[in-house]
Amino acid sequence: MFAYIVRRLAAAVVLLFAVSVVTFAIFFLVPRFAGATPETLATRYVGRAATAETVKLTAERLGFYDPVPVQYGRWVKAIFVGTEYDYGAGVEQCPAPCLGYSFITRQAVWPDLLDRTTVTLSLAVGASVIWLLMGVSTGVLSALRRGSIFDRMAMGVSLAGVSMPIFFTGMVSLVLFSYTLGITAPGGHYTPFTQNPATWAYNLLLPWITLAFLFSAAYARLTRAGMLETMGEDYIRTAQAKGLPQRTVVVRHGLRSTLTPILTIFGLDVGLLLGGAVLTEKTFSLPGLGKYAVDAIVANDLPKVMGVVLFAAAFIVIANLIVDLLYAVVDPRVRLG
Amino acid sequence: MTFLQLRDLRVSFPTDDGVVRAVDGITFALERGRTLGIVGESGSGKSVTSLAILGLHNRRNANVAGEIWLDGAELVGMPADDVRALRGKKMAMIFQDPLSSMHPYYTIGAQIIEAYRVHNAVSKVVARRHAIDMLGRVGIPQPDRRVDDYPHQFSGGMRQRAMIAMALSCDPELLIADEPTTALDVTVQAQILDLMRDLQQEFNSALIIITHDLGVVAELADDILVMYGGRCAEYAAADDLFERPEHPYTWGLLGSMPRLDRARTKRLLPIRGTPPSLIHLPSGCAFHPRCGYAERNGGKSEKVVPELVESTGRHLVACHLPIEVRRRVWQEEISPSLEAR
Amino acid sequence: MKSRTAIAVALATALALGAASACGGDTPNNNNTNNNNTTPAFNAAMGKVFNPSDKKGGTIKLANSGDWDSLDTGETYYGFAWNFSRLYARGLLMFRPAPGAAGNELAPDLAEGMGVPSDGGKTWTYKIRSGVKFEDGTVVTSKDVKHAVLRSTDKKTFPNGPAYFEQFLNLPAGYDGPYRSKGMNTDSAIETPDDNTIVFHLKQAFGGFDYLAQLAQTAPVPEAKDTGAKYREHFISTGPYMFEKVEVGKQYTLVRNPMWDQATDPIRKALPDRYEVSLNVNADDIDNRILSGDVHIDVAGTGVQPASLGRVLGDPNLKARADNPTLARLWYTSITTQVAPFDNIECRKAVLYAADRTGYQTAYGGPFSGGDIATTIMPPLIPGYQKFDLYPAGADNKGDVTKAKEALTKCGKPDGFEATMGYRAERPREKATAESLQQALARVGIKLTLKGFPQGDYFSQFCGNPPYLRANKIALCTNGWGADWNDGFGFLSQITDSRVIRETGGSSNISVRIPQVDQMIDQALAETDTAKREAIWAQIDKRVMEEAVILPGVYAKSLLVRGNGLTNVFVNEAFGMYDYLALGVA
Repeated sequence: MFAYIVRRLAAAVVLLFAVSVVTFAIFFLVPRFAGATPETLATRYVGRAATAETVKLTAERLGFYDPVPVQYGRWVKAIFVGTEYDYGAGVEQCPAPCLGYSFITRQAVWPDLLDRTTVTLSLAVGASVIWLLMGVSTGVLSALRRGSIFDRMAMGVSLAGVSMPIFFTGMVSLVLFSYTLGITAPGGHYTPFTQNPATWAYNLLLPWITLAFLFSAAYARLTRAGMLETMGEDYIRTAQAKGLPQRTVVVRHGLRSTLTPILTIFGLDVGLLLGGAVLTEKTFSLPGLGKYAVDAIVANDLPKVMGVVLFAAAFIVIANLIVDLLYAVVDPRVRLG
Repeated sequence: MTFLQLRDLRVSFPTDDGVVRAVDGITFALERGRTLGIVGESGSGKSVTSLAILGLHNRRNANVAGEIWLDGAELVGMPADDVRALRGKKMAMIFQDPLSSMHPYYTIGAQIIEAYRVHNAVSKVVARRHAIDMLGRVGIPQPDRRVDDYPHQFSGGMRQRAMIAMALSCDPELLIADEPTTALDVTVQAQILDLMRDLQQEFNSALIIITHDLGVVAELADDILVMYGGRCAEYAAADDLFERPEHPYTWGLLGSMPRLDRARTKRLLPIRGTPPSLIHLPSGCAFHPRCGYAERNGGKSEKVVPELVESTGRHLVACHLPIEVRRRVWQEEISPSLEAR
Repeated sequence: MKSRTAIAVALATALALGAASACGGDTPNNNNTNNNNTTPAFNAAMGKVFNPSDKKGGTIKLANSGDWDSLDTGETYYGFAWNFSRLYARGLLMFRPAPGAAGNELAPDLAEGMGVPSDGGKTWTYKIRSGVKFEDGTVVTSKDVKHAVLRSTDKKTFPNGPAYFEQFLNLPAGYDGPYRSKGMNTDSAIETPDDNTIVFHLKQAFGGFDYLAQLAQTAPVPEAKDTGAKYREHFISTGPYMFEKVEVGKQYTLVRNPMWDQATDPIRKALPDRYEVSLNVNADDIDNRILSGDVHIDVAGTGVQPASLGRVLGDPNLKARADNPTLARLWYTSITTQVAPFDNIECRKAVLYAADRTGYQTAYGGPFSGGDIATTIMPPLIPGYQKFDLYPAGADNKGDVTKAKEALTKCGKPDGFEATMGYRAERPREKATAESLQQALARVGIKLTLKGFPQGDYFSQFCGNPPYLRANKIALCTNGWGADWNDGFGFLSQITDSRVIRETGGSSNISVRIPQVDQMIDQALAETDTAKREAIWAQIDKRVMEEAVILPGVYAKSLLVRGNGLTNVFVNEAFGMYDYLALGVA
């Protein structure tokens, strides 16, 4: 097991490097095919009506005159040993891991990413707990009462939840619950957990529920399908033949088996979500990783993009690893390696 | 009072295509210490019968009618919780495929302990000791180590033994084995059958073996019930059935059995046709489309359902052919072709 | 009999009129009877102060769908940022926080009076008020203003800000900003003979230097505490408010600056106690929050989103909270001279005649949120604006097809020709404009192929890149311009001076290459008499229009909504949005 984990982590590091190379390359190569020079690249990071001199100075400051591999090497080096940053009136040390400074806001990327991650984490963790509970319980009940009114209604609502995009349900919920009824917080309010847990939860309530609605729908259907399949398995019949109460049969024997693939999907979903719940964050104006990513990409801010891509990739890779490990722990038939 | 008595048991499943009459009037009796073999093709209703005895049919999509008397208590009308209290304790079942019939995530020991503790208020330690004891009894070597293994870590035969251990853990008085050896190699089959006979003698339990394999029941059964189309075709003591079978279907079964004591040049005689649809059973005698002798009844086979009638002392047959005709056919036509012993 | 009938008729008419006005009085549109202007009404904040009050206290909540480029006044280049910066920074001069035309007037802020020109307009002297303090208690001197201006010329550290000072100041050769050229004598550019006097020496005479003195870049920065690019994280205030907390990209708050002295500040009232600004908020959500009362102001000041437009205009209660200012911004189309057959002026004129003006307006969103149909380059808000129309488009404003065809014949293409038009792909209004022109010009046989380009590189690589234009034969390009400040120089210099066009691309001037205009610009620059200067700008406008290298589209308008509970709300014409300095919330 230990050797397996080490091997996977090593592969993950290689993957992260590959991802960073590709992102870096895209940033520089794509404009080059359109005939870009260091100056035309730098025009994105100067004000309007900037002089040619300003553009050249900016291109110099951002290192665009160096060959692309050199720029990449510099970026990688900064991750391991840090770098210096000239802010005009002085020079600042950026300790390792230094993911560089934003081309536009001139802020260090690493502290930004950490800060943003807590927001996305808050959103993801809260929503995922809700959707797992809601989705699985709805799915189990639906499966046990297959064909009943509850089942039909639950699956109908699930279909709606899966089909409606979050920017629609989000905006509608905001207008209805926050602005008309006034029972939930308006968009754009985020209080860190360390500052005030109660306000933190209150402000995130609507985003949690809206996001959970979207996912729990999928999980309800998944659980229902899984339960229906599992409850038809032979070992369920054996459990009943042993005289176990139905609740034990459903939970210990049925749900236990159904949950395994659900939990692995859950792990992957959460991993993806941590990379940035872009639509939710944008709709509710939460300063998370997803919004950061979108803004960075639109503004062509390379250091931010690199940072986010790395973080998101790392989350997904780690989520995959945890899910694989979990599977091996939960299902004794699975052997790792 | 007989230990287990079934009277006119009927189990039907309403479906969108029609009502599936899986069991259409089964009657038999079984005493403690005795073995009944239920034989028939797939779809004849054998498993449905055993599930009905255990009360394992979903009340929402199965209609169970008739009477099942177990040690003086009637099971068909009994409340579900009372039936559940009997399951595993008074009556237990062994299933066909031990790999799929045991939960892959729990150890064998855990599953046996679970079966034991649902009916006995004991501590986990005591239950574990009991589980190890049971595993030893069914012939699994090093039971104290194997009790913590998972089902997939056992070989096929060992797994079936473990399943038997689990079924017997609460000393049930009725044990139903549904195709217990079908999933096993031939050599292992013999071991399992020996085991079951030994255990039955030790526990003095009533045993029902459900199989399509006549060889298995020849070994173990005291009485044999042949089912066809959800109904009983023939019901007799085992020796009687093999020496003097009286139903054309039984003849067909015997003829289609591969036998070591027959010359290899002789071909098997399969029963022509296919098992009937349980939704649209043939009218009259369910077997008549496949019976080579149905036309000798002058059309009766197609209209009237034959009743299960005693032919000679405790040998019951449901067939329109008169007894003498049947015996003659057996002695002159069927038996020689089988070169029976 | 006649007189009685007459009286009866008169009475009846009076009654009818009275009844009509009483019926119409259900909608809150009766500011005739509203002397205090406190009842919500459409455009109640245009040209007058809505809900005037002197009460202090409260917190104003603002939200921005994007972000500042920088809180550092040395390098911010957004109108809303300049509007807002007056809360925490005092430049030499400022635009008066007053409604109507008064908003376009300059008033002394840190300085005691307007600039005094000498040496034919090459030298400008300002006297700085005494007793003004930074938030840390140190007294503001002329050296702080000098440092602020000098650091703004360091484009390596501050690439975003306007570049007027390095363009005009007589800086010594090789000067590289106060960080790298520390100790270099810069008196040739700026002199500080005493703590309260500052003298600017220019390379060439510039009559409008007072407009440079109102730039936020003149807000003082203490050299000892200057942290360069990091200064934006905490800008040391000289205004009535200072930064309490700055979370870049997320939010910041301003609280009262205890060191601000009302006695040194005749203009500001400083009513609220606090400002809370949220950044990067979903734009549609901002509209909802303003309408529901959770936020007071959409700080970007460009108006409500299309999604809310219908709602605001359709609901009389919401419309009564709205204002519809015209901005000093022109949306137009550049017609290049470098791609045939547009090298011939008549072919260009054909485009100007054939264009459907109402179509252009509709493409931009109609008369409320799009703009007013434009016939000149300078919008009406620019002092010196003169109304003229060299290419009348017919009574219905849909273009003069006959004249267009005449022009085509004159340029040798009586049956029309093919051409390519570029637009910014992410802007639906520009796409709609291109499509409208495509239809309009098709009437006279000019077949347009439309090409969308990414807006980030539009000027650097595509429409603003002359070699690209020539190589790909792009003849028409959508364009737009808003002045840095409302005067002819601020508006026209960047879009009509041929010398700002770079072969490497990046300029907003895509098509105007008229040597005579360049000369006229120089002339206006040097003219210190305001009236004469303004007259030259008007002439430049006409001269460029005669050359038919610009097709004016619309003078932009926006639809703004007042937040609930705000006092002293009015549109400041200098910024084209609500004046943030004057607002109160008590």
